[in-house]
Amino acid sequence: MKLVLLCLMIMCSLAGCISHSSLYDELGGKDGIDRISARFISGIGQDEEIRPYFEQTNLDRFYRLFSLHLCQVVEGPCQYTGDEMVPTHVGMGITEKHFNRTVDLLIDAMESEGIPHPVQNRVLAKLAPLRDEVIYQ
Amino acid sequence: MSPDTRHSAQSLRKMSIQLCAGFLILMLACSGVFAGDGKLIGTPGVTQFEGGGGGGLVPWAMLVGYAARDEVAVQVFATDLALDDFDMVAYGVGFNFKDRIEVTVARQELDVNPLALTLRQNVLGVKVRLLGDAVYSKWPQLSLGAQHKRLLDREMPLAVGANSTSGTDIYLAASKVHLGAVAGYNLLWSVALRSTNANQTGFLGFGGDKRGGRSIQFEGSVAVLLGRHFAVGAEYRRKPDNLSFAKEESWKDVFIAWIPNKRVNFTAAFVDAGDIAGQMDQDGVYISMTGYLR
Repeated sequence: MKLVLLCLMIMCSLAGCISHSSLYDELGGKDGIDRISARFISGIGQDEEIRPYFEQTNLDRFYRLFSLHLCQVVEGPCQYTGDEMVPTHVGMGITEKHFNRTVDLLIDAMESEGIPHPVQNRVLAKLAPLRDEVIYQ
Repeated sequence: MSPDTRHSAQSLRKMSIQLCAGFLILMLACSGVFAGDGKLIGTPGVTQFEGGGGGGLVPWAMLVGYAARDEVAVQVFATDLALDDFDMVAYGVGFNFKDRIEVTVARQELDVNPLALTLRQNVLGVKVRLLGDAVYSKWPQLSLGAQHKRLLDREMPLAVGANSTSGTDIYLAASKVHLGAVAGYNLLWSVALRSTNANQTGFLGFGGDKRGGRSIQFEGSVAVLLGRHFAVGAEYRRKPDNLSFAKEESWKDVFIAWIPNKRVNFTAAFVDAGDIAGQMDQDGVYISMTGYLR
């Protein structure tokens, strides 16, 4: 029991040093988010399992809207102008497996852009609640 | 056989099991076998010594492997726990069907060094994910599991007062991964309530002269994922005290897991197993490997 308590204490003190700098800034502002989005889309293009979902997609439009959406999700000064998540994904039949694989592609994109691991996790935490609006629609 | 010869025969057998497991797991890690990979790396945990998905000592709500709702995962594992007066190996295979049902089969062998005898036990495990996803849902993932255990070496457990040499544990586990919760690192916690009458997880039989029936025991783990490839944490497992001949105590550990990719992982832990069968303060080192076949 002492061990558990000790670990909890260490974690609480670690939690105390969370820096609350804006996630938007940590990603390098809108320019950084644009670069991550471009890497992400290029990753999708190279992934044989995920690419088929995007065959009918206008990639320029997707890039612009994805970047805006990510910018808004991390509380940057952007206004996402695309459709809601559910109508966007209706009929695509995205499976849990493919959703999670796409998350891995986003992680790879952030990794390539040198985004630190803790910042990546904070981005994922913002995006995770959207999963139910995306899969099996 | 003299105790000495017997002991070296045991060590030899154990070493060959470990070598085989290690070889198999390394082979998997290096092969191009496609693994079910529909989860964030590290988030399904490792393999519990009773064969199911979890930490080392404590079952979690996560099922074995990386299978998402439309996948199947298959894994093998091998674990070695070397305490002051006991040595345990466990190995087995586990299946995850569509991230809904987990089925595991494990063999555990405990060498009781002071008596130069070995207690072998088979564990058949089943776990059903009731609701939630530990990473993505707002609420914790909740699973219900059962472990049916059958001792192959019955004499000693019955001699020390156990009522039976087979039994079934039933547990309810809740687990959650909080993304970026601790200074940006992912935090995992898991708690389980287990209905059990097992003595020393079954090695000393089931039920006893002091208490014959079931009791509910608390088990819990907490871990921080340091990057995508390492996790550190601690576990606590309460156990019943059914036998009058010797006191049974809780188990605790601190662990580090290395998850180089989604095909293989390694765990090392320092375990405090308390008093076991009259042998005081059993501490030791726990090493475990899991390899995913698909």
